[in-house]
Amino acid sequence: MKSLILTDKFKIKNSIKLDSGEYIDSCEVAFKTFGELNKKKTNAILVCHALSGDQFCSEINPLTKKKGWWNILIGPGKVIDTNIFFVVCSNVLGGCMGSTGPSSINPNTKTNYGLNFPVITISDMVKVQEKLVSGLGIKKLFAVIGGSMGGMQTLEWATRFSSKVNVAIPIATSYRHSAQNIAFHEIGRQAIMADPVWNKGNYYKSKKEPKGGLSVARMIAHITYLSEHALQRKFGRNLQNSNFFSFNFDTDFQIESYLKHQGSSFVERFDANSYLYITKAMDYFDLSCRKGGLSGVFKNSNVNFCFFTFTSDWLFPTSETKTIIKSLNSSNSLVSFVEVKTDKGHDAFLLEEPEFHATLKGFIEGQIGKHGI
Amino acid sequence: MKKNLRNDLFVISKLINDREKILDVGCGSGNLLDFLLKTKKVDCRGIEISQSGVNECVKKGLSVIQGDANYDLDDYPSNAFSTVILSQTIQAMIFPDAVIKNLIRIGRRAIISFPNFGYWKVRKDLLVRGKMPKNDILPYEWFDTPNIHLCSCKDFQIFCEKNKIIIEKFMCLSEKGNQMKTNYFSNFFAYQVIFSVSKNKKS
Repeated sequence: MKSLILTDKFKIKNSIKLDSGEYIDSCEVAFKTFGELNKKKTNAILVCHALSGDQFCSEINPLTKKKGWWNILIGPGKVIDTNIFFVVCSNVLGGCMGSTGPSSINPNTKTNYGLNFPVITISDMVKVQEKLVSGLGIKKLFAVIGGSMGGMQTLEWATRFSSKVNVAIPIATSYRHSAQNIAFHEIGRQAIMADPVWNKGNYYKSKKEPKGGLSVARMIAHITYLSEHALQRKFGRNLQNSNFFSFNFDTDFQIESYLKHQGSSFVERFDANSYLYITKAMDYFDLSCRKGGLSGVFKNSNVNFCFFTFTSDWLFPTSETKTIIKSLNSSNSLVSFVEVKTDKGHDAFLLEEPEFHATLKGFIEGQIGKHGI
Repeated sequence: MKKNLRNDLFVISKLINDREKILDVGCGSGNLLDFLLKTKKVDCRGIEISQSGVNECVKKGLSVIQGDANYDLDDYPSNAFSTVILSQTIQAMIFPDAVIKNLIRIGRRAIISFPNFGYWKVRKDLLVRGKMPKNDILPYEWFDTPNIHLCSCKDFQIFCEKNKIIIEKFMCLSEKGNQMKTNYFSNFFAYQVIFSVSKNKKS
């Protein structure tokens, strides 16, 4: 892993009790902010990243030198306008972009955690984010927003810390990971653990990383982020290098090349153990098994919700969100919902989707009118 | 304020009491809900099928769900609203009977407005001209109309009677949008009609 630069860090003094019952000492949160916090500290938006995301949601990512993963949406004059809002984005607990995770040094043993890192949950991630937000002096967030796993965190915020959130915008997400989603994650984890370099998570000192396994995990996951139609439209059966089959197992098709590229570029910026921990946290997520069920968790919530789904997203299909909306309706919550037509699959939330962006912009403007900032 | 509102919506708004809990099914760009929010301080929600309509609604700060009244009303709990509004939409429903029953299940009352197909000019279009009726609120050609379940004022009254639905109020609008007195001839002279209905408490 490359060493980290250009990111702020927040240290949590007290140890944090996790859902598993274990504790994390001296937890660090790596974060980035964009825009300025106003005097009343009422203009903060917390952006929650997805499985493979990081705190660099806007501007240029200093590590990859590419645009931040939500640069299309966040920045001066954009849908989430950093001339108006103070945007906070932190690397999740268990991540590998500077927040405490399995690649961090365990302060008690002075060696990398590896598999000694406790298993975490989405609500553990959110507990840590809440410490950061409080640490920044923000009593109430104007909004929490996120897609996919970021949407799970957004829902967690809206239920666990509902009094600290005016607006929640969960995108392309669900109240729980489905059996199919867990299945895909498990294949990814098995791919990592089958890599001999992985060595039961103990590879930090060996100078080698389980890149093969992690790359396969990413390739599998990446298919679930797209749609069949988009794959066919983009790649079809097009060949990569020639007009003829190679009659060997090198790369013939463009889709093969594309997936390999996705895999190999991912391993340069991601830690295999973090992948295990974060996917597990997503698999454990299920708001419906909380006390009172799905309706119970949203009861008496004053949060204003706006959900987005995408028609071709088969990883987090619209039906999942509709189940949440049904519960929110029965608990008299303030909820808006839009299903955006697109063939881009789950990843649509990260891409140029004019309808999505227009509605989100309108919703945020409407909420500024309602709550003020 | 009134100028932004369609005539039938303004008449509907007069039926709403302060601080009611309202669901507007097919709320379009949210003009009625916005008006009620500002003038009657209602607690309101909306359902709208078009994305552009939902966009306009969320811009106004309204809580609106993109959905289809034919299918999504089942998800709402019973008696969750004091009034459920369905304006100029019932004639485009696939299952108008199921929708009406859902409306009075979800709300203590339902306010339903629709173009009266018994209006004399509508009759004239068919009788004299021999063509499918067209007017300001029925502007479509026969082949592109979303209005697949048009009914007359009388049809609706008979439907309510058969289904033991109580008609609490019945109002008529002229072609110019003025409210008319209701009488035996309303089915002949009313251009638009507005019904406030509720479920029979005994049934």
